[in-house]
Amino acid sequence: MIIGLTHYLTLGAILFTIGVAGIILNRKNIIVILMSVELILLSVNINLVAFSTNSGDLTGQVFALFILTVAAAEAAIGLAILVTYYRNRGSIAVEDINALKG
Amino acid sequence: MYDLIVFLPLLGFLVAGLFGRLIGARNSELVTTIPLGICAFLSWVAFFTVGFGHEEHAQVIPVANWFVSGKLAVDWALRFDTLTVVMLVVVTTVSFLVHVYSIGYMAEDSGRPRFFAYLSLFTFAMLMLVTADNLVQMFFGWEGVGLASYLLIGFWYDRPSANAAAIKAFIVNRIGDFGFALGIFLVFALTGSVTFDAVFGAAPGIAGKMIHAFGADFDALTITCLLLFMGAMGKSAQFLLHTWLPDAMEGPTPVSALIHAATMVTAGVFMVARMSPLFDLAPVALSVVTIVGATTAFFAATVGLVQNDIKRVIAYSTCSQLGYMFVGLGVGGYSLGIFHLFTHAFFKALLFLGAGSVIHAMHHEQDMRNMGGLRKDIPFTYWMMLIGTLALTGFGIPFTSIGFAGFVSKDAIVEAAYASQRPGAVYAFLCVVVAAGFTSFYSWRLIFMTFFGERRSLSHAHGADDHGHAATDDHAHDDHSHGHDHTPHESPQVMLIPLAVLALGAVVAGLAFRPLFIGGGFEGFWKGALFLAPDNHILEEMETAPWLVSLLPTLMMAGGFAVAYYMYIVRPDAPRALAEGNPILYRFLLNKWYFDEIYDFLFVRPAFWIGRLFWKGGDGFIIDGLGPDGVSARVIDVTRNVVRLQSGYIYHYAFAMLLGGAAFITWFLIGGIR
Repeated sequence: MIIGLTHYLTLGAILFTIGVAGIILNRKNIIVILMSVELILLSVNINLVAFSTNSGDLTGQVFALFILTVAAAEAAIGLAILVTYYRNRGSIAVEDINALKG
Repeated sequence: MYDLIVFLPLLGFLVAGLFGRLIGARNSELVTTIPLGICAFLSWVAFFTVGFGHEEHAQVIPVANWFVSGKLAVDWALRFDTLTVVMLVVVTTVSFLVHVYSIGYMAEDSGRPRFFAYLSLFTFAMLMLVTADNLVQMFFGWEGVGLASYLLIGFWYDRPSANAAAIKAFIVNRIGDFGFALGIFLVFALTGSVTFDAVFGAAPGIAGKMIHAFGADFDALTITCLLLFMGAMGKSAQFLLHTWLPDAMEGPTPVSALIHAATMVTAGVFMVARMSPLFDLAPVALSVVTIVGATTAFFAATVGLVQNDIKRVIAYSTCSQLGYMFVGLGVGGYSLGIFHLFTHAFFKALLFLGAGSVIHAMHHEQDMRNMGGLRKDIPFTYWMMLIGTLALTGFGIPFTSIGFAGFVSKDAIVEAAYASQRPGAVYAFLCVVVAAGFTSFYSWRLIFMTFFGERRSLSHAHGADDHGHAATDDHAHDDHSHGHDHTPHESPQVMLIPLAVLALGAVVAGLAFRPLFIGGGFEGFWKGALFLAPDNHILEEMETAPWLVSLLPTLMMAGGFAVAYYMYIVRPDAPRALAEGNPILYRFLLNKWYFDEIYDFLFVRPAFWIGRLFWKGGDGFIIDGLGPDGVSARVIDVTRNVVRLQSGYIYHYAFAMLLGGAAFITWFLIGGIR
């Protein structure tokens, strides 16, 4: 079986869906949401790399590397926020984090 | 000096009204009563200066400019002519005596500073009214006395019936004032001025002029005079607008004496006399004045026959006597009306203050059925009331002018009504003659029920401290309590001396002033303050009335006395039998010809109905439901639901984003296929 573009895209779509489902369905821990966000970014990366090799254009792979960098920075900031949030509120359960409403 | 007469009461009012709490009740009494005493003294000086002076024209003292608007220029100015000084004497004298009397009568009331401030305010407004040099200033005084009357009727504001009576008096007076205001507008429209001299100067020029309104032509002067008279009807409690006066007895008794007997209610008579140059050119209006006055005199006298509240009897008597005054004015004898006003002020104030003394003695019992036999307990009050009654019923020697005050002035009106050729004068003559008999009956009935017979009160009214027992629940009692024993007691000196002064007036006022007011000294005394057309000889004609006409009031008076004596002394069970024999007539009179009920049905209830319609339908449903309030309520409903979407949970927002993204993608895909 030749692994073609379709397989990569399918994998990306599955990962993306899992990530989105993780954000929406998760009711426990805010860290899981961060992980789900990472998952979504990775699925996007897979898509970029797959299209890149498929079309023979390196731009997509360079782009994927940039995204990895940004994702790492974002994860670091997100976790830092989480730590201070926990210090202030004493909880990072999703149910308790609803201060976003007016 | 003239300025002082008008503005001293204002000073008293301001000091007692603004600083009453500060300076205490005793000082409030002094600071209002003493200026009034000075006022009364100066008024008598003014009376003799103006009345017996040789100044042919009215003295006008300018005070200040009030306002100028286009052609309309109104000044504050005090006008002093004979008519004014007559009113000044009446107002300040009675007011001063009432102030003095109130010191005793209101001694146990906590609101004395307020009471005396109101009394002085009233006096000031009344003086503004009688000294006015133009119609607008007169209207100012007119409304001022209305306000003071409202405040004083509702003086005991914790009593619902007093508040209701005050509101009733105010509203009924507004109806009359509406006519008065329209009359002033019309005077200005016709003559271009509101100052008396200018108006009277222009009056002959507008006689016969027509105005076009409502698709018909009316005689301008007649309409003007009728509108002005409408104001007088309201203020003077004439037939159809009389309903407020008996209810006004809710006020303290000195107030009834001052405002609702001697002065304010006579403002209408004064106004018609003041406007006599206009009225004299409008014979139709004068006929209306005559007929309304005569009807009032008759109507109020019939109602007075059966009332049981001592103050209400006198109130209806006042109403009736005001009718006499208007008859006097209506037949063209303006000085007759003013003369009766002058004498009436003395004896009616005397009767009211005497009634107040009786009420005081009876510990605030006003129902005459619970009185009786008071002659020995309060002899001084008895004699004063007797003098007042003799004056009111017109006791005197026929064919002379020797008699009590009421005899001289009332009989002159009866004779003038007979002598007059005016349409309606015959009706007026019959009415006032019958009313004279009724007057005598109810006045003596009052005396007999109160001072003669057996004591009905001790067993009945004073067993308990509760004065509001069932027999009298259609009125309330003057309100202050006594701590001492429950036997009738004579009033203090401070209340009896005013009675004595007024009694003196009731005896001699008619005799002493007849030649000046309506007799030979007429020209020299009035000096043009009252207008008489050259062909108006009513004062001479009334002297030549047949002897029977001159005797008739005295006969009616004697008849009324005899019937009252028979029914209340000889056969005390006769009144009850008569009432039971004619139940319909008795109830008709007892319920004051059902006027309150008719007005309630015709005006009060429809007004309430319209008010409720606008309240529930207009305000509640349309404004609150659909108007600004309704719109805001709907906005709030919508936003409340929108707010519920904002849960604050991240996954909700994420889900919404996802749905939105999915929707967009779907839309583009399908759009792309097409």
